[in-house]
Amino acid sequence: MTQEGPPPVSILREGSNLVVSIHTALDDTQMVRFRHDLVAAIGRHRARGVIIDVAALDVLDSFGSRTLRDIAEMARLRGARTVIVGIQPDVAFAMVRLGMNMGSLPSALDLEEGLAFLQNAANVPQGGRSSG
Amino acid sequence: MTQFQTSTDAEPQDSVEDDYSDALLPELVAHLRENRTRLRDQWAHRVTDASLLEAMTPQEMAAETTLVYDNYVEVLETGSVEALQHYAKDLSERIIPRGVETHEVVGIVLLLRDVLARSLFEKYSHDPELLNRILDAYEPAANRIANTVAVSFVEERERVIRQQQDALRELSTPVLPVRERLLILPIIGVLDSERARQLTEQLLLGIRRHRARVVVIDVTGVPEVDETVANHLVQTVDASRLMGASVIITGLSPTLAQTLVTIGVDLGKMNTIGDLQGGLEEAERLLEYGVSHQGGAST
Repeated sequence: MTQEGPPPVSILREGSNLVVSIHTALDDTQMVRFRHDLVAAIGRHRARGVIIDVAALDVLDSFGSRTLRDIAEMARLRGARTVIVGIQPDVAFAMVRLGMNMGSLPSALDLEEGLAFLQNAANVPQGGRSSG
Repeated sequence: MTQFQTSTDAEPQDSVEDDYSDALLPELVAHLRENRTRLRDQWAHRVTDASLLEAMTPQEMAAETTLVYDNYVEVLETGSVEALQHYAKDLSERIIPRGVETHEVVGIVLLLRDVLARSLFEKYSHDPELLNRILDAYEPAANRIANTVAVSFVEERERVIRQQQDALRELSTPVLPVRERLLILPIIGVLDSERARQLTEQLLLGIRRHRARVVVIDVTGVPEVDETVANHLVQTVDASRLMGASVIITGLSPTLAQTLVTIGVDLGKMNTIGDLQGGLEEAERLLEYGVSHQGGAST
């Protein structure tokens, strides 16, 4: 977390949600560290929801999307729902072309939509999200 | 002595031949000018016989054939095709919208070449050697003319086609906001991969611009798709989902439904509704429920 320069990922708390912004493309080590930090932060802040903002990324490779999927699953085990926001149009299309998918990981257009999604989800009791 | 004599004999003969060859084209041109009406009529006659240019009235035919004839002779005279190129382009602009085909234009020019060549045969049949030289002068020029006209015509046609393609492209993939957060994408006509690519691009940009949550893609006007395009559509739906928008597909025709199932495109994750009306109702329903339906909730 304490590397030279600003950290590539910031984790902020907003109410009962965590807002995670990825500022630059992460290499695999940074990805793993980010996963570790986030899962720890969910417990520390007793977060019920996680928004991961990838708007700054102009590429999302298969390792990246798998890590995001893993993070969402870990977050769920820790009691928080995850939503990905800010996937750019060409990133989205490149991902489906390469056959990557986010599985059951929900996504929303931007931060605002993501917050609305989590609020909406909080009203509906969680469950039945078994990814099979 | 004999040697000397032969060389002196040969020299003037060479220069005479050069002068002669230079003089041939003007002579040719003069001949064509003299017989202008007769040859033009003969040509027009053969054009009609060959059922070319039927889109034109006889009056127009007469006017155009005169113009073409004069241009033709002028090119033979000056050797410069620039004016002809200009005229051919202008002519093409006028006749392309009337459905004149390339084979007609080429046929007409070749007919004129034949008519003129034949008149030269007649005129110089008494002197085969002279006829040969006349034809030597005539043929390259005539071929060049035929080439120029055909190329101008095809170029003009291509320009028109490109223009129409551009216009079609703009018209073909409208992304229409119906109400807040709801886009409609009516697709009419055959989807090829180029158009499908454009559609994806327009749709994904449209989702971001209009902050859409639901998109209704109406394919009522699509007669058929192939496997590539169908897979592309599936990818577009997935990409839209990654951007947080649900896609509803409406108006799949019986043929289309059969094709899609037969070629084995995985449409399991797609939300399809019979017609556009039903699709809009479904869209309203989704919008009322908010975003909780999104993403994995549907699987």
